[in-house]
Amino acid sequence: MQEKLSEIKTSVLPAVEKATNLAELDAVRVGVVGKNGTLTAMMKEMGSLSVEEKKTFGAAINAVKTEVMKAIEDKKIALEDAELNQKLQSESVDVSLPCRPQNIGRIHPITQATEEALTIFAQMGFDLAEGPDIEDDWHNFEALNLPKEHPARQMQATFFFDNKNMLRTQTSGVQIRTMENKKPPIRIVCPGRTYRRDYDATHTPMFHQIEGLVIDEKTNLANLKAVLVEFFKLFFETDDVKVRFRPSYFPFTEPSYEMDLGGVMARNIGKEWLELLGCGIVDPRVLKNCGLDPEKYQGFAFGIGLDRLAMMKYGIKDLRQMFEADMKWIKHYGFLPLDIPTVTSGLSLNGGKK
Amino acid sequence: MKFSLEHLKRYLKTDKSPQELAEKMTMLGLEVEEIVDLSSSLKGFIVGEIVAVEQHPNADRLHVLRVFDGVQNLQIVCGAPNVRVGLKSILALPGCLIPKFNEKLQVGKIRGVDSNGMMCAEDELLIGEDHTGIIELKTDLPAGTPAADALKADVIFDVNVTPNRPDCFGVKGIARDLAAADMGEFLDIPVPSIKGTYKSPITVSIQDETCPIYTGRYIKNVKNGESPEWMKKALIAAGLRPISALVDITNYLNISECRPLHVFDADKLTGNITVRPAQEGEKIQALDDKEYTLSSDVCVIADDKKAQCMAGIMGGVDTAVSKDTQNVFLESAYFIPAKIAKAGSLTGALSDSRSRYERGIDPASCEDDNTRATQMILDLCGGEASEIVVAGKVPDCTPIIPFNWGEVKRLTGMEIPQDKMEQILTKLGFKVKGNMVKVPSWRYHDVSLPADLVEEIVRVYGLDTLPDSPMRAESLPIGTLLPNQKREVAVRRALAGRGLNQAITWSFMDSKLAKYFGSKGIRISNPISSDLDEMRPSLVGNLLSAVKRNQDTGCQDVQLFEVGPEFFKDTPDGQKLVACAVRAGAYLPKSWNGENRFVDVFDAKQDAITALMAADAPESLTVYNNAPTWYHPGRSGSLQLGKNILAVFGEIHPKVLKAFDIKTPVVACEVYLDALPLVKKRENKMQKILKKSPYQAVTRDFAFVMDKKVEAQKLLTTIQNVDKNLIQSVSVFDVYQGEHLPEGKKQIAVQVVIQSMEKTLTDPEIEALSQQILNFVQKNTGAELRK
Repeated sequence: MQEKLSEIKTSVLPAVEKATNLAELDAVRVGVVGKNGTLTAMMKEMGSLSVEEKKTFGAAINAVKTEVMKAIEDKKIALEDAELNQKLQSESVDVSLPCRPQNIGRIHPITQATEEALTIFAQMGFDLAEGPDIEDDWHNFEALNLPKEHPARQMQATFFFDNKNMLRTQTSGVQIRTMENKKPPIRIVCPGRTYRRDYDATHTPMFHQIEGLVIDEKTNLANLKAVLVEFFKLFFETDDVKVRFRPSYFPFTEPSYEMDLGGVMARNIGKEWLELLGCGIVDPRVLKNCGLDPEKYQGFAFGIGLDRLAMMKYGIKDLRQMFEADMKWIKHYGFLPLDIPTVTSGLSLNGGKK
Repeated sequence: MKFSLEHLKRYLKTDKSPQELAEKMTMLGLEVEEIVDLSSSLKGFIVGEIVAVEQHPNADRLHVLRVFDGVQNLQIVCGAPNVRVGLKSILALPGCLIPKFNEKLQVGKIRGVDSNGMMCAEDELLIGEDHTGIIELKTDLPAGTPAADALKADVIFDVNVTPNRPDCFGVKGIARDLAAADMGEFLDIPVPSIKGTYKSPITVSIQDETCPIYTGRYIKNVKNGESPEWMKKALIAAGLRPISALVDITNYLNISECRPLHVFDADKLTGNITVRPAQEGEKIQALDDKEYTLSSDVCVIADDKKAQCMAGIMGGVDTAVSKDTQNVFLESAYFIPAKIAKAGSLTGALSDSRSRYERGIDPASCEDDNTRATQMILDLCGGEASEIVVAGKVPDCTPIIPFNWGEVKRLTGMEIPQDKMEQILTKLGFKVKGNMVKVPSWRYHDVSLPADLVEEIVRVYGLDTLPDSPMRAESLPIGTLLPNQKREVAVRRALAGRGLNQAITWSFMDSKLAKYFGSKGIRISNPISSDLDEMRPSLVGNLLSAVKRNQDTGCQDVQLFEVGPEFFKDTPDGQKLVACAVRAGAYLPKSWNGENRFVDVFDAKQDAITALMAADAPESLTVYNNAPTWYHPGRSGSLQLGKNILAVFGEIHPKVLKAFDIKTPVVACEVYLDALPLVKKRENKMQKILKKSPYQAVTRDFAFVMDKKVEAQKLLTTIQNVDKNLIQSVSVFDVYQGEHLPEGKKQIAVQVVIQSMEKTLTDPEIEALSQQILNFVQKNTGAELRK
């Protein structure tokens, strides 16, 4: 009996090993433990044995059976794996093929720069204000201390509709609208489209400005300096920022300054100073025009060219291309839809084509 | 305003370098745009003396010269006709940069003869325009002397004078500012004393309030010749052309003292001078050779016959001085700036005089400057001066400002000692007495309030000690953007997320194209060009132009959007904010596994819906078939909240595409952001509790056959309304029309998801609901279940 068992074992195990597919393997299994299998037959023979012998042989048969069944199970897994692998091989595709196409849109750099600027000013407590593109004479000129026939009106080549209405030449009208409707303290920034009758390599008939206005009972020129220095450090993301205030003239501020930017942004284009913006202490005549008492209230205003800021920061050379809606240009200089400047996550990733 | 250093030094005693002066001018608010230092461009050039002249062997017009450079004789080939032995001229040695050509001179052969330098003409050095011959130096300086010394090369400043500083349209004003800023000593040229020897035969009367004061003087027996070199140089540096002594004197005083003057040829005047409004239609032939037709808003200087001069703007040809002039009448007057500005813009005549008068010259010094000019005429042209004639009087032009010296600290945050402030104001010509500051007449137009004095003090003092005083928000706002502003940001980002690229295009467009987009006729009266002459009534037009430009440069498939204003009135309340998306050509790039199709109306509809969702618009909108005329009438629609149109979308009308010469299909949508319901208040953001059913959901498919005219929207709403509790969703999964269907019919297959909040539905309950759906649909739309 013992001999028979070891004979079964030595004949079956190699047969399991040799099986090349699941059917062959199953035939081996049936030959051993099937209805007429060799081990099944031996189990049947055990009926004639004594209790003692049954115990001994039963254990021996079961041991062989377990060993054989394990071998079969292992082999089965191995064969199944091989079969699956072969199937998967046959299913392979060229993954270097391009994906299904999708269009990815971009945000215009002027918009991105505007949102960056707003984010920075928000941290300093500025609210966003807006005003109309078509302005009347009062808001664009008169209230800003530019009475009719004022020579400074000629500095701003204006698009007119009639004697009264025009395209705003500056966002400063929003200052007036804000002061007319709200008592100080006022702290606003106003970005928007502005228009002048100029069209050459460095001027477009439409451009973008961001205007800032602070009115309260104590804000002065030193505050203006601090706000602008901090703004440019944050906006250009560098501490290498220098500013220079040059006295200038705007009818709506007194004293008036033009601010030049020095440091890395100027050096980038080979200059010591870059003319960047106009600013000053709000002229008492303007406060009066808005119904505010100039002896009680004071503050500053500034206006920055947004297009220029975007060009400087992102290395855009030609102003005019910004308004041509050229797909290649927007894809090259634009920003991904979710690259949203926020206070917590900073301004922008790099933008543009990689 | 251009002037030379030499000219400046007549009014300022200084040892500062041109660079220091320029830097200071800029920091005083007199921005120096350019310094041209002629001596630097003459570096390396020297005086050369011709010692021999021979004919060039191979060229008739060339000479071979021997030129002494102070050390040796050089052989030089020269083509100028005025070469002669003994002539001293400017010699350029090899290596010199010739300013006119911006090129370095080389040793070379000219027609086979060696040439070791070049004799220069004025134009080659950019110091004049003459090219008739080489420069003829009248000098005792020996050969070898630097050219800059021989030519007395000057430095020229070009200063951008702001409109509030007419006094700095005279070199004197600039010198006064520099002196106040410790750059030297201000030299005022004293007014000479001239006692006329006779009464002027011409008298003056004023009949126009444009002219508060007019002074005149008759000078007889003058001889008008050339003006002296120093004056010519000053005029040339200022960009003016010397003409004759009489004219040059007026121009010189104009650029020196900001004093426009006029000299009439007295023999060409008839009778006396009257300052009066022009008669309507009165004509004058002016010095710029143009004829002007005047109105009564233009003040004129007239004799007994007619207008001879547009006051403060330009003189007339008929009474102009010439080289033969013998007797003159000299005018020095003050005119009201606003009146001259108006007359100037009415006539359109441009002159140095107008630009000064309309900014406002010193009203108080007419008489003094008349005397200064008279003295110069007597000095340069001889003659005999009359007594001065004065009509009108000097207006009140020296206001006194009560000044609290603390204003400087209040407005700037900067501490300046009071004695320093007083010193600055005094040097600028203000008179300080305690807290009272008297404004000088030449600053009358600009300075009238304490803030103006603050500017003067700080401008001269400088901002070197201005502190940095950070200004933090006292309390950070919850958000800087208002809800509607946040909407705009979200819409832009969402549309970019749909694969659209943000464009920023002009707010104006071509009126010839605007008519396709419901033109409101808002024309700009002075457009920059005829194709940018109307405010855009819709954003679609400019984006279609962009589509065309892109397609012309090899980009056939275009996806663009813009968020910006469109205009319906020419007043401040005449615009609304619109998000517009345009797609042209293929929906996606052609690809082996992509959706290869052209854009269609449903792309535009999805763009509109995406924008609306981003703006948090209500979800239940109704679709109507009423898009504006620039859309395809059968393939377009609007999304409405009741009667309120929130968006329109569709394929662009073929006629419009033709007008833009676009050959691919184009779809667009316009979302009216201002029409959206207001965002609810920030503090009320609580949502309804989400209720989810734990019971099984069942899907049922139905295929309905119905009239083509019936809108899918109606079918879907009908089904939804059968039982709002049980029907969770209805979707269309197939639309078919054509073969196997009766004429005029279409088939829409929908899937309905049914689920109860209370229990698992039984088959009979589901069956009953299905039957109800069929009945309702049949009743409301006439649709039958497909057999």
